[in-house]
Amino acid sequence: MSKYTEDDLKKELETKEYEYGFYTDIESDTLPVGLNEEIIVAISKKKEEPEWMTDWRLDAFKKWKEMKEPEWANVKYEKPDLQKISYYSAPSNKPKYNSLDEVDPELLETFKKLGISVDEQKKLAGVAVDVVIDSVSVATSFKDTLNEKGIIFCSMNEAIKKHPDLVKKYIGTVIPKTDNYYAALNSAVFSDGSFCYIPKGVKCPMELSTYFRINEAGTGQFERTLVVADKGSYVSYLEGCSAPSRDENQLHAAVVELIALDDAEIKYSTVQNWFPGDSEGNGGVFNFVTKRGLCENNAKISWTQVETGSAVTWKYPSCVLKGKNSIGEFYSIAVTNNFQQADTGTKMIHIGENTKSTIISKGISAGKSQNSYRGLVKINPRAKNSRNFSQCDSLLIGNECGAHTFPYIETKNKSAKIEHEATTSKIGEDQIFYCNQRGIDTEKAIALIVNGFSKEVLNKLPMEFAVEAQKLLEISLEGSVG
Amino acid sequence: MSQLKEKLLSSFIAFEEQKNIDSYVHGIRTKAIKKFEKEGFPTKKMEAWKYTSLKKTLNYDYKLFPNASEALEFKDIKEFLIDDIESYKIIFVDGKYCSHLSETTHDGMDICILSSALSQSKYDLVIENYFDKISKKDGITSLNTAFSSEGSYIHIPKNVQVDKPIQIVYFSTGKNESVLYQPRNLIVVDENSHVEIIERHQSLSNNSVLVNSVSEIYCNQRSIVQHYKIQDDNRNASLIDNTFISQQRNSDYTLHTFSFGGELTRNNLSIFQNGERIESTIKGITIIGENQHVDHNTLIHHKKPNCNSYQDYKGIFGENSVGVFNGQVLVEKEAQKTNAFQANNNILISDKATINTKPQLEIFADDVKCSHGCTVGQLDKNALFYLRSRGIPEKEATALLMFGFANKVLSSVSIPEVKTRINNIIAKKLGVKIGFDI
Repeated sequence: MSKYTEDDLKKELETKEYEYGFYTDIESDTLPVGLNEEIIVAISKKKEEPEWMTDWRLDAFKKWKEMKEPEWANVKYEKPDLQKISYYSAPSNKPKYNSLDEVDPELLETFKKLGISVDEQKKLAGVAVDVVIDSVSVATSFKDTLNEKGIIFCSMNEAIKKHPDLVKKYIGTVIPKTDNYYAALNSAVFSDGSFCYIPKGVKCPMELSTYFRINEAGTGQFERTLVVADKGSYVSYLEGCSAPSRDENQLHAAVVELIALDDAEIKYSTVQNWFPGDSEGNGGVFNFVTKRGLCENNAKISWTQVETGSAVTWKYPSCVLKGKNSIGEFYSIAVTNNFQQADTGTKMIHIGENTKSTIISKGISAGKSQNSYRGLVKINPRAKNSRNFSQCDSLLIGNECGAHTFPYIETKNKSAKIEHEATTSKIGEDQIFYCNQRGIDTEKAIALIVNGFSKEVLNKLPMEFAVEAQKLLEISLEGSVG
Repeated sequence: MSQLKEKLLSSFIAFEEQKNIDSYVHGIRTKAIKKFEKEGFPTKKMEAWKYTSLKKTLNYDYKLFPNASEALEFKDIKEFLIDDIESYKIIFVDGKYCSHLSETTHDGMDICILSSALSQSKYDLVIENYFDKISKKDGITSLNTAFSSEGSYIHIPKNVQVDKPIQIVYFSTGKNESVLYQPRNLIVVDENSHVEIIERHQSLSNNSVLVNSVSEIYCNQRSIVQHYKIQDDNRNASLIDNTFISQQRNSDYTLHTFSFGGELTRNNLSIFQNGERIESTIKGITIIGENQHVDHNTLIHHKKPNCNSYQDYKGIFGENSVGVFNGQVLVEKEAQKTNAFQANNNILISDKATINTKPQLEIFADDVKCSHGCTVGQLDKNALFYLRSRGIPEKEATALLMFGFANKVLSSVSIPEVKTRINNIIAKKLGVKIGFDI
């Protein structure tokens, strides 16, 4: 038997094309490229938005013009030319479907290729999928079940029209328009996104899920998600991404706001698999996302993310622990390979008393990639008895990659307890030898070890997602033995 | 442009006129002042100074060249020296070398002062090889370089075991108004040699003093350097200490920094590992209160394989004090088999005290073991109860626990007298009369 050497594995990995790279040919209705006030008004008009929303966008745009693109992140890339992007693209034939049968068959094919058949999910998991292809929702399932409970789960556009009071009340409260460069940009030009409202005391009976896809060449994706969990409610929200292969860099600047009112709980899980660029480092998606959640008294927000894609990732899902006894959690796996760069982490802002936060971050870098963890734990003077535990572990595969940790800890209260641990290591030769000895080949052994390494985080994902995440980990790392 | 900066720039010309224009360092100084003119003083906008503001410190109208100093006698300074051991002493008073208090040597090694090393041609080779070679070229270091004229000069040749520790102490008597001092130390330790150095800055007056010190330390092959910094200055003194260490193959450098005093203390410490199998150990104890501010900014740059580094910083912060720790470990691609450990443990004993800590790992090599741990917490209530139930008053019990917390750092101090001295300072600092000679 010919030996499967490390070099073979490396080669296989390098030549492995992006499996999900395909392009769905749906006629799109795209605005001209460029960014100015007219474009923003046009987007707003296309969306049939009320006047207050148009003003809100224009205000954000005004502020954005005065802002500068941030440069502090530990990533290097060619800045995207924001004037060369079309800010609106929507599938043109846009009837409202009642069932999946009416959906464009080509679109369904897309999902089949991705292995996320909508039909199957409907049957098996009871997941309501709000399909967002190029920024506009075209299919929404399980609406009736949700309606019964009074849960609102719809596209942002629809929410602005149907539930303007709720949107007006909460949008931009956690992430202000001027929060940062990309959040401001998103506020000005966001095309669509999801809106979710769970009424008082309601436990959402199923996992809510949205699959985002970037589909039209040269289109920036500017999603905006707003999840509001009213007092005593619970919701688990899934977000997953996958994009077709492209040569030019695509920009993805999303904003996700979570609001957990008293005693509410939000669990937000993400699997991100945007196109990472080829093995030469060409192409790939720029993922500059602002995600933040606000916890009122006794509320809990839990972020779980598996980041395998994107050429450049720049993302810090955060929790503002405003209420007493509120809890923030962050579980993350970030995998980078080839020329990928990731600068990701979290911010835990402790404001209220007895607030607790947990951070578990696992970074795996292979190839020539750079993987950074950047986190902030801030204890305000009033946050008595607050507690934080952070752990960030990095695994290096191959000798050309890098792993970095930048944790910031700021404490202004003497009763706070903070623990932070970080380790960096590689997969031990002895570990692989142990597996080999027992008849497990090197590739499987690596998968096994990586899986074990990331288990703490994988365990936090909902069932359906965990399977996909595991698969993604394997795809991204297969054969990258160093 | 700040007033102080202007003053510094304009006085540079006058300063240079007194010096030898043809000398090697003249070029370095001129370059450095230009650099300082461009960079200026650090501001909070810079990532490395995010948590430390020099604004207040730089606001005083510092005198740059103090007048002739008051004569000090040994009894005046005795308490600031480790006086119960034999040692070499390099004592400076108001920036001037004070020969009657010092004990230097040229016997087999050079333990003397920088001004004489700069002016005598027999030292030219060392100066040209080592002076300003590893110091960072940022604003604050360049400022020191531009005005560098006095400080300690230590050159230990091959295979010398220095028989007693070297104490370097800078006093300011404050006959003048506010003063800015810029001492410059150059320490070169050649192959197989061993030296112990104790460094201290002490103000004897109530005027505000700012010390911007730069030390360059070269540890050549297989040398062992043990370095102690005692920072227990009075409340009007501020210190910016920039220390750069370059280590060669198999060398071993250990630094203990004890920060108890001063208004603002900033320690910029950079260690460059330029060979294989190097050991670098840096440890610190910080116990502060009132409005004190202590900032430890460390960098360990692993450039070659098979090296170790170990960092352990403990801090106890009371009243309105602010503690900052920013520890950076950089492991280059070539530095395989690196072992880097970093720990930063803090106790807050006041609600108004602040701790900002940022342990930072940047790793480009895969076969390494790097870890850092960082905690902020309180004293264990159960342990406190245990002690109190055995009749130990609360204050003493608290002090005992705090001492226990800091003791791990002290245990590696190799000079017993230094250990005793630090113990006493800690006891005084914690306001108890018990001895800690456990």
